[in-house]
Amino acid sequence: MKQVYLILLLLPLVASAADADFTLVIKDHRYQPSELSVPAGKKIKLLIDNKDATPEEFESHSLNREKVIAGNSTAIIYIGPLESGRYSFFGEFNEATAQGAIIAK
Amino acid sequence: MFGTAVIVFREVLEAAIIISIVSAATRDVPGRTRWLIAGLLAGLTGSAIVAASTDAIASFASGVGQELFNAIVLGVAVLMLAWHNIWMSSHGAELANHARKVSTSIREGRSECSILLIVVGLAVLREGSETVLFLYGIAASESGGTHAMLFGGLIGTLAGIAVGYTIYAGLLRIPMRWFFAATGLLVLLLAAGMASTAAHFLIQADLLPGLASPLWDTSAALPENGLTGMLLHSLIGYDARPDGMQVIFYISVLAIIAMGMKLAGKPRKSI
Repeated sequence: MKQVYLILLLLPLVASAADADFTLVIKDHRYQPSELSVPAGKKIKLLIDNKDATPEEFESHSLNREKVIAGNSTAIIYIGPLESGRYSFFGEFNEATAQGAIIAK
Repeated sequence: MFGTAVIVFREVLEAAIIISIVSAATRDVPGRTRWLIAGLLAGLTGSAIVAASTDAIASFASGVGQELFNAIVLGVAVLMLAWHNIWMSSHGAELANHARKVSTSIREGRSECSILLIVVGLAVLREGSETVLFLYGIAASESGGTHAMLFGGLIGTLAGIAVGYTIYAGLLRIPMRWFFAATGLLVLLLAAGMASTAAHFLIQADLLPGLASPLWDTSAALPENGLTGMLLHSLIGYDARPDGMQVIFYISVLAIIAMGMKLAGKPRKSI
């Protein structure tokens, strides 16, 4: 019960999903777009929209991020601030097809 | 099938390392095995429930519920491990000498066991729920590949358990003189690593500032997805690209537990 209160306490701190900076869509175990350009040196709020029925795990070693997105649902993930460069990511549950990169400029 | 085995291995390994260290550390606690199995079963049941409610957890707190959930699970585990280590440093000497009184040992053994149950349960819960989701994903998308998936999952699970058991057996070979010092150190590093991972989740949820991101990058020399990096990540919380905040959490938890152990151990040193 305490944990629920703790989560509720933190709720106001979190902005709503509506104001995401960028969106990645997962469909047929592929990321769309497969390359996403973002500004460097700025924290980015990324919305990942999984349109597949199965769960996927957004994972990137270079971004140091890992998050499971349930089937037919969306999730928010914060990245950066990033230095200019290419940061590849993939879907751990479907690594063969789910590949992409974030390009910070 | 091979891919399935590798992913399942990775998840099982992390839980297996935690379980092997805490079971070695509690080797002399009466009734330990029963509690260990209870923790495993509770963790597995919890995994299925968490996996089934991923949707609900994720939509909690505007899309960062998963990070909060993970951070809370890790935070509770850190507290339990801290308590274990501090308790051990005040009673470790007696345990090592087998000089404890039976009546107190049963009472204190019981609280030790509930800690064991919680830590094991939480470790299985965190890693298990991801494995369940992953296997479910494959089962749902690959029609006809279910046998290969189950086989891959089984191989991954067995390999993870084998590594965990090897660590456990290795720890038990440490001579009694150094045993509690060694397992105490391992539990300490385990707790610090978990605190760093908890911080990482809160940064990912934007509830904590990352400070320097990353503070260093050793991914070229020792990648976290390689076997050595993976082992070090589970054992001591190695992160190839940690944020400054993670390092602060790591060092603070390390220092606080170490200080607690020192204070708890002091008055009994003369025995």
